[in-house]
Amino acid sequence: MLLQAQSVTAFYGDAQALFGVDMHIAPGEVVALIGANGAGKSTFLKTLTGLLPAKQGEITLDGARIDRTDAADIVKLGVAMVPEGRRLFPSLSVEENLHMGTLSGRSGAWNLARVYQLFPILKEKRHQPATSLSGGQQQMVAIGRGLMSNPRLLLCDEISLGLAPIVIREIYAALPALLADGMSLLIVEQDVQLAMQVSSRVVCLQEGRVSLEGPSGALTREQISSAYFGI
Amino acid sequence: MADMLLQGLLLGGLYCLFALGQSLMFGVMRLTNTAQGDFIILGGFFSISLVAATGLSPGLALLIVAPAAFVFGYLLQRFVLNGTLGRDPLPSLVVTFGLAIIIQNLLLEVYSADPRSLDAGPLALASVALGFATVGSLPLLTFAVAVVATLSLQALFSFTALGRSFRAVSDDREAAQLMGLRPAIVYAQATGIAFVLIALAGTLQAMRTTVSPSDGPLLLLFAFEAVIIGGMGSFWGTLVGALLLGITQQVGFRIDPGWGIWLGHLMFLFVLLVRPQGLFPKTRG
Amino acid sequence: MKTALTPYVNDDAYAVIRGNAFSRALPVLTLVVVIVAASLPYWGESSWMREVVEISCYFVFAMMWNLLAGYGGMVSIGQQAFFGFGGYLMLILGNEVGINPFVAIPIAAFATALIAWPVSFLAFRLQGGYFAIGTWVIAEVFRLSFANLHWVGGGSGTSLTALRGIDRAVRESTTYWIALACVVGVIAAVYLFLRSKRGLALLAIRDNEVAAASQGIDVRRMKRAVYLIAAGGAGLAGALYFVSNLRISPDAAFSVNWSAFAIFMVVIGGIGRIEGPIVGALLFWFLNKFFSDYGSWYLVGLGCIAILVTVFFRDGLWGALHRRFGWSLFPTHRFLKVRS
Repeated sequence: MLLQAQSVTAFYGDAQALFGVDMHIAPGEVVALIGANGAGKSTFLKTLTGLLPAKQGEITLDGARIDRTDAADIVKLGVAMVPEGRRLFPSLSVEENLHMGTLSGRSGAWNLARVYQLFPILKEKRHQPATSLSGGQQQMVAIGRGLMSNPRLLLCDEISLGLAPIVIREIYAALPALLADGMSLLIVEQDVQLAMQVSSRVVCLQEGRVSLEGPSGALTREQISSAYFGI
Repeated sequence: MADMLLQGLLLGGLYCLFALGQSLMFGVMRLTNTAQGDFIILGGFFSISLVAATGLSPGLALLIVAPAAFVFGYLLQRFVLNGTLGRDPLPSLVVTFGLAIIIQNLLLEVYSADPRSLDAGPLALASVALGFATVGSLPLLTFAVAVVATLSLQALFSFTALGRSFRAVSDDREAAQLMGLRPAIVYAQATGIAFVLIALAGTLQAMRTTVSPSDGPLLLLFAFEAVIIGGMGSFWGTLVGALLLGITQQVGFRIDPGWGIWLGHLMFLFVLLVRPQGLFPKTRG
Repeated sequence: MKTALTPYVNDDAYAVIRGNAFSRALPVLTLVVVIVAASLPYWGESSWMREVVEISCYFVFAMMWNLLAGYGGMVSIGQQAFFGFGGYLMLILGNEVGINPFVAIPIAAFATALIAWPVSFLAFRLQGGYFAIGTWVIAEVFRLSFANLHWVGGGSGTSLTALRGIDRAVRESTTYWIALACVVGVIAAVYLFLRSKRGLALLAIRDNEVAAASQGIDVRRMKRAVYLIAAGGAGLAGALYFVSNLRISPDAAFSVNWSAFAIFMVVIGGIGRIEGPIVGALLFWFLNKFFSDYGSWYLVGLGCIAILVTVFFRDGLWGALHRRFGWSLFPTHRFLKVRS
């Protein structure tokens, strides 16, 4: 098991956001995390990446605990995030943003050349300020930046948000290339159809709790609706 | 006329050195160091004492003062100022203001209110002929140092990994953490560099004229005016702003000795009124 | 604590609570304190009265700084511009125009608020830390300008001659009563303002400008109004100070130390609360009385205290007490009490 999260609880001040979330991700697996707005998906990712310390519970990566680790160290251990809203650095060019990924110090199959191969348009625009690109292209930069750190687990937080359907298709079409080297993906998605298409397993959060979990192909519409909305 | 402009430019070079540290700290961490001027004066006094104690020339003394200043700035940021950063400008303002008062009064106790200066040796009297005018070697050297410092800072920001980390943490602190950067350390590195510039500025000021414990606040105002006139977020802007300030003050001095600084203030207010973002702004909001 | 949402809420179901036991006793307590204090000229020494006047000026200035920074969200280190302007204007009205200086005090305060209006257009071009330094530059311009006016003594200043003919005891007690009136008036005015709807708007702006604007609050106008009021109050303090001091100079009137002391008082006492400056002013007076003889070391000590309090007690001394014990002398918050 690559990642194991057990009974994770998290708070924003006095407000509890996660109520004992369990999750596991195997090497090479693609897991989709779905749920309505405010269900706790981004919060869970924050606990995984160390941006929000979990009040209770354990998170282990390859058996070693990471829930008390600094955010800056998590990426060095092999967990990278493509943040919600991309969060590219406006003062840096496309190529400089991609370079930021190398700060993890991890070696692996991903480098600048391979990222440009995956997203050729970025090579054209590599010296432009990253935020001058279109939404879809910025998403490519954000994904590329995550890949450059050669993670074992890549967390994708709502990468389809704000993008046109055709662009979303283009980006999701690139995902299989990531798996070739045994990378695991945890994809947070609001578009349930999309999430199920691209993943092998689905976990649904509802008001900070896991309400449903199962293989993507085997779950019915009704099961998902009730888990999603809590009705 | 040309002589006045030239003197103004040279003075502006020194003001640029006053201002670069402030520009750097504000650019990376949005911190306004109200003790900037007092730290410059402290640097000047430190150099004076070092030279008096060791007999070294000011240039060699700088080789000791500069690294010491880096370490001081690094530690100050890491253990005092990092805790004041955030959306509210008040904590950093109060702490740096408190530091300013502490420095001024400590200097007063240790050195008394008498102005001191640093003997620049042969540099103080030497001059260089520039074809149409003759300028003092020290002001010219100061100007050259200012230009080199501006160039270096710009190059650091644009072409080095450290510069990238500065730009990244200033853009988005949390995203920078996700990349593996430690903002606390990056901020400390920036302040360390800022203090090297402060030490340099203080030493040159002590060589050019005198330093006394209460001089700090005025230097802060010059630094601040240079940054605003030039436009925030741009080192070249800071240089240009400083040069304009120097020239304006020279014009004021020529009209009436009591008017130099006052005219500089007015020019600053005018720029604030007419083009508040400065001449070459680069920061967003 | 979860409460179930009812389909509709009627007035019997909730109450908005704004006071506490102390605030209800406040009017009586104030009356007692004021009567005792007002009688001081009859039984106290003149040096006591001078001290009270001086600390009153510090206090009024600090209250205005608190209004500007703690409630208006505008941190300024240039309020001394208005302090000095008020002082000089009072002196000019007294010496040159022949108005009784005591009468000139409120006139000077009002005029200072007026001059703050064009100044605000300059100051508001900046924000945050740079706004603070910008206000300092403006104060320096005021200082240098007055230092160049030779008919008010230029750089070395001048004396207030308009009070020459008045008996000393009368002068001192009148100054004292005016100071007392200013202190009570300022506290009352600020307290009532913050409890009003406009005060609520100001708190909203301080917390989140964008959100406040989206609720229909005219942020610009509100901030400008606060800036003008704070300037007027600073002018009041300045005019009062120099009526007591009788001698003015640009360096004394426009010294940045005024802002430094105000910051000290407010931050140590607790910013954004009315009790803060009161606690801070008392502490400051106390420290001043016993330690100011140490000169520079005293100031170093003040600086250290300010830094330590900022780093460890963000809300100041009163804020720490409020958080720990829930104390509140001048409550401005509104609590929703749900009656089940």
